[in-house]
Amino acid sequence: MNPLINAKIPAGDIAEKWENHKFSMNLVNPSNKRKFEIIVVGTGLAGASAAATLGELGYRVKAFTFHDSPRRAHSIAAQGGINAAKNYTNDGDSVHRLFYDTVKGGDYRSREANVHRLAEVSVNIIDQATAQGVPFARDYGGLLDNRSFGGAQVSRTFYARGQTGQQLLIGAYSALMRQVAAGTVELHSRAELLDVVTKDGQACGIVTRDLVSGEVTPHSAHAVVLATGGYGNVYFLSTNAMMCNVTAAWRAHRKGALFANPCYTQIHPTCIPASDDFQSKLTLMSESLRNDGRIWVPETKADNRGAGDIPENERDYYLERKYPAFGNLVPRDVASRNAKTVVDAGHGVGPLANGVYLDFSGAIARDGLDAISAKYGNLFDMYQRITGENPYQTPMRIYPATHYTMGGLWVDYNLMTNVKGLYAIGEANFSDHGANRLGASALMQGLADGYFVLPYTIGDGLAGQLGSDPVPTTDPVFTQAIAGVNDTNRRWLATNGTKSVDHYHRELGRLVWDNIGMARNKAGLQQAVTDIPALKEEYHKNVRVLGSADTLNQSLEKAGRVADFFELAELMARDALQREESCGGHFRDEHQTPEGEAQRDDENFAHVAAWEWTGEGNTPTRHQEELTFDNVALSQRSYK
Amino acid sequence: MSNNAEIINVTIKVWRQDGPTSEGRFETHQQAISTHASFLEMLDLLNESLNDQGHEPIAFESDCREGICGTCGVMINGRAHGPQKATATCQLHMREFSDGDEIVIEPFRASGFPVIRDLAVDRSPLDRIIESGGYITVNTGAASDANLTPVPKEASDQAFDAAACIGCGACVAACPNSAGQLFTAAKIGHLNLLPQGQAERWKRTENMVETMEEFFGSCTNHGECSEACPKEISLDFIAFMNRDYLKAKVKNRALTGQK
Repeated sequence: MNPLINAKIPAGDIAEKWENHKFSMNLVNPSNKRKFEIIVVGTGLAGASAAATLGELGYRVKAFTFHDSPRRAHSIAAQGGINAAKNYTNDGDSVHRLFYDTVKGGDYRSREANVHRLAEVSVNIIDQATAQGVPFARDYGGLLDNRSFGGAQVSRTFYARGQTGQQLLIGAYSALMRQVAAGTVELHSRAELLDVVTKDGQACGIVTRDLVSGEVTPHSAHAVVLATGGYGNVYFLSTNAMMCNVTAAWRAHRKGALFANPCYTQIHPTCIPASDDFQSKLTLMSESLRNDGRIWVPETKADNRGAGDIPENERDYYLERKYPAFGNLVPRDVASRNAKTVVDAGHGVGPLANGVYLDFSGAIARDGLDAISAKYGNLFDMYQRITGENPYQTPMRIYPATHYTMGGLWVDYNLMTNVKGLYAIGEANFSDHGANRLGASALMQGLADGYFVLPYTIGDGLAGQLGSDPVPTTDPVFTQAIAGVNDTNRRWLATNGTKSVDHYHRELGRLVWDNIGMARNKAGLQQAVTDIPALKEEYHKNVRVLGSADTLNQSLEKAGRVADFFELAELMARDALQREESCGGHFRDEHQTPEGEAQRDDENFAHVAAWEWTGEGNTPTRHQEELTFDNVALSQRSYK
Repeated sequence: MSNNAEIINVTIKVWRQDGPTSEGRFETHQQAISTHASFLEMLDLLNESLNDQGHEPIAFESDCREGICGTCGVMINGRAHGPQKATATCQLHMREFSDGDEIVIEPFRASGFPVIRDLAVDRSPLDRIIESGGYITVNTGAASDANLTPVPKEASDQAFDAAACIGCGACVAACPNSAGQLFTAAKIGHLNLLPQGQAERWKRTENMVETMEEFFGSCTNHGECSEACPKEISLDFIAFMNRDYLKAKVKNRALTGQK
């Protein structure tokens, strides 16, 4: 086995692995916990829940967020819900079924043992959140309500109106603030990680920049936890928040942490299409709309009649036509790819011909305006606020957009990267979703990692360090890291080119979307491997970052983040190029069934690709972690 | 509302301030913009052209641009989050404006929210209020089964109405007294309405109200806070908080098992 990527999966039956592992791990006794310092970077669901829980256990925690408040993290924008195998609806759900659905939904590219543990602790998350006061939806008897979600045949999704992420984050944030008040967690807000510091192959701290004063500060600890989210903003336009970035994970990667499956990105089918070139981000409309809306495009190319003027027999309800059984409810990746196909063929609608119609006129005629408004009123209002169009009268226009990234830092079963003492949790790691994440599973994984997995596994790593102090911040490893950060900032400010950071980010996004987007092919990916470094070189020579490093300087912040996106984008292209199969969010034109569905190659690609940084300008090394499926039979998905 | 994008020309009068202790000033710019653009995209474009001309871009904060994270927020023509009701700054679009309009953009103005730079302010007092009691004490792992305690749907729904607060601080900025009542009341209401929140109800209320008073002004029932609130949090929560605060002060709390 490759020593770099030993997943350390415990032996035994799948249902007993986690239980056995908890027993066999080393413990840190309660009075010794205060002797350990832990850094947690990021305060979204994963980071806030981890920092709070580690503080409760008695560790000395330093929590970092680059927001003004921990509560701003992008977990807050999750709408739909959170899965848990509670089986409150008595419809046959179980830990095993949630495990099975998640492995299948991930198109058989995740680690069975991790997913099973996720399903096991899912039930505890609901208990914990409810006790914290998260106002989940309830029925008239006062008990919790559930709804169904894509990729499952049971109702296991808990939700809080359309703001489940917000409410769960407020719960985790309040738990975190309780520990801040108790003095177990030291909170650093408006502090951005700019380097991960290692000594003798072990993580010993980080370097941050205070975004207000510009001060660059070292922080040391016995362990470093990255909970810094996904990298969807590599596309420039995505449903991610403006500040979401890959910097923390990428700087860890450059310090030796392997980056796994970067080509696994998820495109969400129902977003509002871009309205102009200056568009800053895309907004997601809940997938639930596909329950009542019918998707169509005009049969005639470049048809510029209004939707209402196009007669029924000149409309192509392409999903209903191609997938009579599932129709408009095919999974996310299938719906997205088909939208791309019709738009690329010239059937797109809207001012930029970049969308497809999602039409509610049939549902309104059938159920009445009031019924549709009761179900989707808030979404319709949001759509109207953004587009200025009334979706009760004209069909919505939708188009897919990047939404989530399944790839991330490679971690073992303990959620530790291959760098000792460096952990990655939540969307920042790669572990649980395989090549495709099911709806309502992101919140589940973030909180599982933070509340119920990392707090156990981190003790195992710390126990051996009892009696040793963290590396002092006066150590050369820290002074060198600080000097590096200051040098880089000075270089950005001295470049004095002609174009803004945003300009290059937008250009990069276009390249990535065109070549490493919903459907990829060899020629495009090879093109990307050459074009991205060329644009990166121009960026470094010609970007213009004004102002100073000693004040709030948002251009300077973005300059570093976009530089990291350039390097990640190149790795995504290489990863996609080498994965000669289609699976989940990774679709290669060359690998499809005669019906145009994703064609996996289990014989050659049932593995994790974990990439090692080999230095600036060098080709990275690809390592493989073989995946074994002992509990789930591999099968081809079909939605006909 | 029209579906057709038009280009309008607006005059932007925007507050510039180099740092917390620097003196501020208004700067005037002209900007042509499509009515499909969001207000913040208009600022993005303005920043891009400032940068191209060698002028430092205007510092302003935003993140999700979906109206849920609460990061954005500026005064637009004297109104927190601008003219559209129940809309955070990031969800405001230029079709709310007309060709030739002058738009005055300032940071949230409140002594509790010192300016950091240009339109960015420090809202950390809101975190201090949460720290003082905006939580339910339950360690991870200590929770009983979620369905053990039924919560009446009405209570849960009302708690949700309060919990919808996004912590943007528009309530403070809109208030002539810079009072923090609506934010604090929303947080207290969320937890005090739920059975899980009862054990710490009186202590929580007292601590949060008194921490709020360290940073913010007094409430004189103007109601501007609720008008400006992007989530339309009701003034009723302030009444509920005041009632709970009074009760917290007069209750013999030893008898309810709380200090």
